[in-house]
Amino acid sequence: MSVSPAPARLPPAEPLPLGLGLGAVRQRAQGLPLVPIAIVATLLLLAVFADLVAPHNPEIGALAQRFKPPAWSVGGSSEYLLGTDHIGRDVLSRLIFGARVSVIVGFTAVIFAGVLGTSLGILSGYLGGWVDQVIMRVTDTWLALPALTFAIFLAAIVGPSEFNIIIILGAVYWTRYARVIRGEVLSLKERDFVRLAIVANCTKWTIMRRHLLPNVLNTAIVLATLMLGVVIVTEAALSFLGVGVPPPKPAWGLMLADGKKGLMAGYWWLTVFPGLCIVLMVLSANLLGDWLRVKLDPQLRQL
Amino acid sequence: MKRFIFRRLGYAAISLVLLSVTIFLFVRVTGDPTVLLVEPGASRDDLEALTIELGLDRSLVVQYVSFVRDVVQGDFGRSFYYRTPVLELYLSRLPNSLLLAVAAMIFSLAIGIPSGILAAVRVGGWWDGAGKIFALLGLSMPSFWVGLLLILFFSVYLGWLPSSGSGTVWHLLMPSFALGWFFAAAHMRLTRSSMLEVLGSEYVKLARLKGLPEALVIAKHAFKNALIPVLTLAGINLVLMVNVAVVVETVFAWPGIGRLLYEGIAFRDFPVVQATVLLAGTMIVVVNLVIDILYAVIDPRIRYER
Repeated sequence: MSVSPAPARLPPAEPLPLGLGLGAVRQRAQGLPLVPIAIVATLLLLAVFADLVAPHNPEIGALAQRFKPPAWSVGGSSEYLLGTDHIGRDVLSRLIFGARVSVIVGFTAVIFAGVLGTSLGILSGYLGGWVDQVIMRVTDTWLALPALTFAIFLAAIVGPSEFNIIIILGAVYWTRYARVIRGEVLSLKERDFVRLAIVANCTKWTIMRRHLLPNVLNTAIVLATLMLGVVIVTEAALSFLGVGVPPPKPAWGLMLADGKKGLMAGYWWLTVFPGLCIVLMVLSANLLGDWLRVKLDPQLRQL
Repeated sequence: MKRFIFRRLGYAAISLVLLSVTIFLFVRVTGDPTVLLVEPGASRDDLEALTIELGLDRSLVVQYVSFVRDVVQGDFGRSFYYRTPVLELYLSRLPNSLLLAVAAMIFSLAIGIPSGILAAVRVGGWWDGAGKIFALLGLSMPSFWVGLLLILFFSVYLGWLPSSGSGTVWHLLMPSFALGWFFAAAHMRLTRSSMLEVLGSEYVKLARLKGLPEALVIAKHAFKNALIPVLTLAGINLVLMVNVAVVVETVFAWPGIGRLLYEGIAFRDFPVVQATVLLAGTMIVVVNLVIDILYAVIDPRIRYER
């Protein structure tokens, strides 16, 4: 056997790009927080299709059926899987419709606060001068007010409704975005691409919209995900205190307030289930936010 | 140093002015202030009398000046429900809130500091993982739900603790735990990261090099320095606890400031709500000021920044 010249080194076979086999899917899914994604997706689906999924009307109960325990305990019926409340409304149906309230209020408020805070943060960071001073002093002051107390104050003024809650939560939480985004912009505006844009005679408006906004978007999205949990808990607390979503509507915080009436009598399901829903939603949002934070913006790890 | 203190005082003053402007404007711009400031069910004459008394027919600037003058003199108006000056009510509730906050702080530090140290010493280990889960749960479980579960377990099933009210140590246990729970998670995370930083520093290396047992390095050298940021945060949090206990105090009918705020909403007693918010903001602005100045006294580098 003769010694053949070493074959020319081929680059190692690369996996086909866009491989669509199961292995590729699995590889891509690695590190994805699957459980939180599944929980959020389930709650989103329940919120959208509440009318189809819920077995009973969430706002009308049968007084004869009040305080029924969950199906698996003594005295429960399969008609009401998770039991009924103090006026005989089905707890499961109320939880499903409650997901809708939480999702609508949570997402809209987070987006509203995000748009407001990001815009003001960019303005403040890029324009500097008195604009910066005004926006930052207001931000500092509003951050000094405990969020829940501030929200209660605003709710006491404008009165409770689903729409008002969204506006209130937006007004309370935009400062969180403004502070962080301004810091980002302060360092971005010293970078070459912004200087070049100035040399190229771009207007301030163009620079902020085309050059700064896309660069702070990642941060804003991470913040929004982390804020979602906070906003949902605040909404639940407001509803619990009676200044959130007004009564016949099924909101989780409101269910906890109703449930408290039956607490001393041992009607545990009225307290345990709505709270579990809040925790599941908030926990998943926090886990997703943490994951996104590491994924999108390593600089934010210390946030 | 003097310049630093003056500038910091200036910022605090601006914050207080903006705080009062915010509260003043929101009440007047977002609706009819007479509806909020006059007792529900007042007659037309009462309404007109109050319009003149508050000067609602005058310009906003004049109104603002008189609003601030009253507040500075400690006049926050009268409670509609209790028919006493709001400040008096507030001060009568303050000791209860402080008591609750101190108890909650003890809980949160007693849980947060040891678990944070353990997580830092065994970083990446089993305990660190458990600590992470605990921190996440602490941030995700609303304190009022924790409170309700505690009542369910300790009052309804076991019958060990009273579910509401105040007066004895037993009344204090559940509300302070529910309030401290959230902060315990925050204190744990900070203890962990601050401990990790200290453990990586030169002087800890030296202590190890000279052959000190690890337990002594941690207990004597690292722990003390790691504690400084934690105690600072605890100081701020103590003031926060006084002001964010609304839901917990409502769940346990604890007669503090939070409960006062809740009654303010429930009885449509707007002067009470307004005073509570204003005083909460003021307290936090003042605490931030004090902490900044203390830090500048301790650490000269801070004075010359900016």
